[in-house]
Amino acid sequence: MSSPSVLKEWPLWEVFVRSKQGLEHKHCGSLHAADAAQALLMARDVYTRRQEGVSIWVVPSKAIVASNPDEKGELFDPAADKIYRHPTFYEIPEQVGHM
Amino acid sequence: MYTQSMSVPDEAGSRVVQPLPSTEPADRMARFDARIDADGRIEPQDWMPEAYRKTLVRQISQHAHSEIVGMLPEGNWISRAPSLKRKAILIAKVQDEGGHGLYLYSAAETLGTSRDEMLNALHTGRAKYSSIFNYPTLTWADVGVIGWLVDGAAIMNQVPLCRCSYGPYARAMVRICKEESFHQRQGYEALMVMMRGTPAQREMVQDAVNRWWWKCLAMFGPPDTDSPNSAQGMRWGIKRVSNDDLRQQFVDATVPQAQLLGVSLPDPLLKWNEERQHYDYGPVDWDEFWHTVNGHGPYNKERLATRVKAHNEGAWVREAALAHARKMQERTLREAA
Repeated sequence: MSSPSVLKEWPLWEVFVRSKQGLEHKHCGSLHAADAAQALLMARDVYTRRQEGVSIWVVPSKAIVASNPDEKGELFDPAADKIYRHPTFYEIPEQVGHM
Repeated sequence: MYTQSMSVPDEAGSRVVQPLPSTEPADRMARFDARIDADGRIEPQDWMPEAYRKTLVRQISQHAHSEIVGMLPEGNWISRAPSLKRKAILIAKVQDEGGHGLYLYSAAETLGTSRDEMLNALHTGRAKYSSIFNYPTLTWADVGVIGWLVDGAAIMNQVPLCRCSYGPYARAMVRICKEESFHQRQGYEALMVMMRGTPAQREMVQDAVNRWWWKCLAMFGPPDTDSPNSAQGMRWGIKRVSNDDLRQQFVDATVPQAQLLGVSLPDPLLKWNEERQHYDYGPVDWDEFWHTVNGHGPYNKERLATRVKAHNEGAWVREAALAHARKMQERTLREAA
């Protein structure tokens, strides 16, 4: 990322939109902007032109730390054999009703 | 918007995308194939064969360029729209196209290319965009016909792409398809208003339909028999429905709409085939299509020049925004120190 042409590009931001009060912010895409204020304005124009949101987060893409898909196995396998973490693992007499 | 099956090569004069030699490790390739076969999705950080990556970069960037260049013929009519209402609608539509371009550039960037690289390829003529925009928009009826037929054809092309195997592309397409249906409806409605007008206005609609019909059929790309790489695209879940099948769907859907509107479609061979349960239609002029794809259509030079001019004239805005951001950052640092 050191070539001069790259430095001329606006940095990349990830955009998260809360579609309505009470719901979580959800990732909806990304955009280039010079700074955070401009990223928010552009996110409004690009991702909420039809009232899709009541709140927006923008996060510099380079600030996101992601798990490595090549290590998916080691990372998530430990949960695979713990079926007793699910309610359906337990058999309860029908007479008990909903539990 | 606007795809032309996007299976055209970027190289001038070439009609076929050359297959890339595969030297991928067999075990990774097998896992990749298995995931595709199970209708799974590929995400940016996942391993993928180089040919899959390159095919997607070409297709998604051609698609993005098409959205951006597509703003030009319609943008020309904003100042000449017949009423304030039509002007507001057209501005909203052109703004949507800009947004669609952005979603698609972002999707392509997840594959390791940069916005600058893609724009540079477009501006130097190395990358293709939908050749439908290399024709002029002569009257206000053209704006309606672009919405009805060009966007209509694009929707047919794009709906199957919502199930594309590459996650970011599929998600961008879902968003785009949602917004696209307003584009087609506003075009059809604008034409309905003209058809209720004077004989001259009706004549204008018919003339625009006559000029755009065959170009729209060509948007679906070459016939299946001349698309040797369609099979690879299908195998990889990048393409879901063949060019000819999409074209047939479009013809079948459009004929009743044309009847309702009161216009004829300029094809003497167009007629219902009871046996096939589809409309038969005449041959598309593919030489004309390739002539335009390869840079010799009536408006190729004009469109590209306008695009480059807009980009160059906006350079100071991009630089000023960066300079402002840098200054603000320095000020914050100074205040902190």
